Amino acid sequence: MKIHEYQAKQLFKQYNVPVPEGSAADSKDEAFGIAEKLGYPCVIKAQVHAGGRGKAGGVKLAKNSSEAKEYAAAITGMTLVSPQTGPEGKRVRKVLVEQGLAIAKELYLAIIVDREAGMPVIMASTEGGMEIEEVAAKSPDLIYKVHIHPSTNLSGFHTRYLAFNLGLNKAQQKHFTKLVQNLYRLFLEKDAALVEINPLIITETDEVIALDGKINFDDNGLFRHPDIAQMRDIHEEEPLEVEASKYDLNYIKLDGNIGCMVNGAGLAMATMDIIKYYGGEPANFLDVGGGTSEERVKEAFKILLADPNTKAVFVNIFGGIVRTDLVAKGIVDAIKGMEVKVPIVIRLVGTNEEEGRRIIEDSGMNFITETHLPDAAQKAVTMAREV
Amino acid sequence: MSILINKDSRVVVQGFTGREGTFHAPQMIEYGTNVVAGVTPGKGGQTHLDRPVFNTVAGAIKNEGANVSVIFVPAAFGADAILEAASAGIEVIVCITEGIPTLDMVDVWNFLKTTDSRLIGPNCPGVISPGEAKVGIMPARIHTKGKIGVVSRSGTLTYEAVNQITGLGMGQSTAVGIGGDPIIGSNFIDILELFNRDPETEAVVLIGEIGGSAEEQAAVYIKEHVDKPVVSFISGQTAPPGRRMGHAGAIISGGKGTAAEKMRVLKENGIYVVENPSDIGITVKKALEEN
Repeated sequence: MKIHEYQAKQLFKQYNVPVPEGSAADSKDEAFGIAEKLGYPCVIKAQVHAGGRGKAGGVKLAKNSSEAKEYAAAITGMTLVSPQTGPEGKRVRKVLVEQGLAIAKELYLAIIVDREAGMPVIMASTEGGMEIEEVAAKSPDLIYKVHIHPSTNLSGFHTRYLAFNLGLNKAQQKHFTKLVQNLYRLFLEKDAALVEINPLIITETDEVIALDGKINFDDNGLFRHPDIAQMRDIHEEEPLEVEASKYDLNYIKLDGNIGCMVNGAGLAMATMDIIKYYGGEPANFLDVGGGTSEERVKEAFKILLADPNTKAVFVNIFGGIVRTDLVAKGIVDAIKGMEVKVPIVIRLVGTNEEEGRRIIEDSGMNFITETHLPDAAQKAVTMAREV
Repeated sequence: MSILINKDSRVVVQGFTGREGTFHAPQMIEYGTNVVAGVTPGKGGQTHLDRPVFNTVAGAIKNEGANVSVIFVPAAFGADAILEAASAGIEVIVCITEGIPTLDMVDVWNFLKTTDSRLIGPNCPGVISPGEAKVGIMPARIHTKGKIGVVSRSGTLTYEAVNQITGLGMGQSTAVGIGGDPIIGSNFIDILELFNRDPETEAVVLIGEIGGSAEEQAAVYIKEHVDKPVVSFISGQTAPPGRRMGHAGAIISGGKGTAAEKMRVLKENGIYVVENPSDIGITVKKALEEN
């Protein structure tokens, strides 16, 4: 789960990770009020989950009242379009207003779990403010990493290694060490998947401050952090994805026109792949899960048909735990009373497949059933073209 | 022969009396798996599915000689269940449980390195050695005894591959689902090593997906150490970056972990790469003929 920068900074504050003074606002007037209180220069930052805000005009430095008024009005409510938002952009519903700080040095700091090493890794770099992927490609030697084994936990030598390599002076080292310790504690205690500060700045008075903040959480850990779970901003998500998540359906909207309903994440991805292989474009990723029920199949179907881009639906179910006859019932029930204008190709294989197919065929509805994966996929691709 | 489990495996089911355990254990027993006991804390001394229930894994080992465990407990207790099995000395631990927090798995993974236990999973369909034993949740009837080893990060896609292999008159020595989480007990290389040593396995199917670099590492390992043909498929060729595709581990981030890159590295290392998932079976057949 992703959260906003202002929420990440609230957590930083809770963990004594220094951040610039400031607060979030919902309207341009509120934003201007905060700016007046903070004094100038101050920074107004659009709060959307996508990156690339600066270049998209979503971050501005105001040197005085009139600039603050102008930028607050421009950013609050704007539709921010960056490479990460897609062409339709994202509406800015909140802005963060912060004091402007005099920067002596910009660093990069992040914590993630290194899956190959099986433990968290802290990464720091002198090249703050740049895209870290760019730094990794151009000058990987400037990224310093320490892996934290659960039995050593974060120890003095870890932070010394980073601080010396970053070339920090004694006062800066002291502040940096404390910040890393607190940030690592936050990472562990809140089941984070990524904590990133870019840039982490050093001021002219040797203070170390998180000028930006990004935290992603491990969805599997959310059950033990109700405080984090409630930071979810559904405005940042696709409405259909929000709807799907209510029914524990794993749905991701894509740009194509063939709606897919599959059980299992791997098979769902493979189904998208085979559609593309035959020249089609999947409208979505949808995993109805292993222990799926009639009810969930029904909801899944409604979501697929609610996407206006859908020109054909491809149901690909390999019944292991899932009984295909129950899936068939769910589909027939879902369609009843709905006006369905798109062709539906159904492939049911596995547990009770004969019964499943019989239910589909006896429904009197206009389904196309196929047993072989390539035939089914090709049919879906062809039908999506014809509609 | 087979790997990891066979008809002599003595299986204990952790989370035996729960909903999942009660649903899947009878199917394992029906298949002929030697399920010797179950564990549910607080229910020790009872009998469930005609098998004794113990409070602890240690009790199941002491009284019934269990050496393989399969875990069906809820995610919040998953890490603890694995740690208990490993501490008690279980040789092969198969964790079906989905949704265990990654940081829990960090502790588990590093502890396991200090033991002789091997973990499969979590978040996996389990392991089946057709005709010998099934320790997991896969549909048994699509499997048939044979000479193809299958190792996969996914569940239903593995069934799809197994079904194709069986449909073409070939069978499986063992099919292993290693799981779709970022941190898993056994990776492709661990299982490839076992298949390579297994005299009955003649070819291996490797089913990977986007995210991480396990497939790339496996490719290099195969070139250097595996003398049997390997056929691979990577799912998620069309997945968008930055989105978690169902599995916690299946995400392309920072331009890394793409299917294209994985397929390139696999090909470069002399591995059969299948682009169309319905061609897995045929390609295995071709690989056997060519080698």
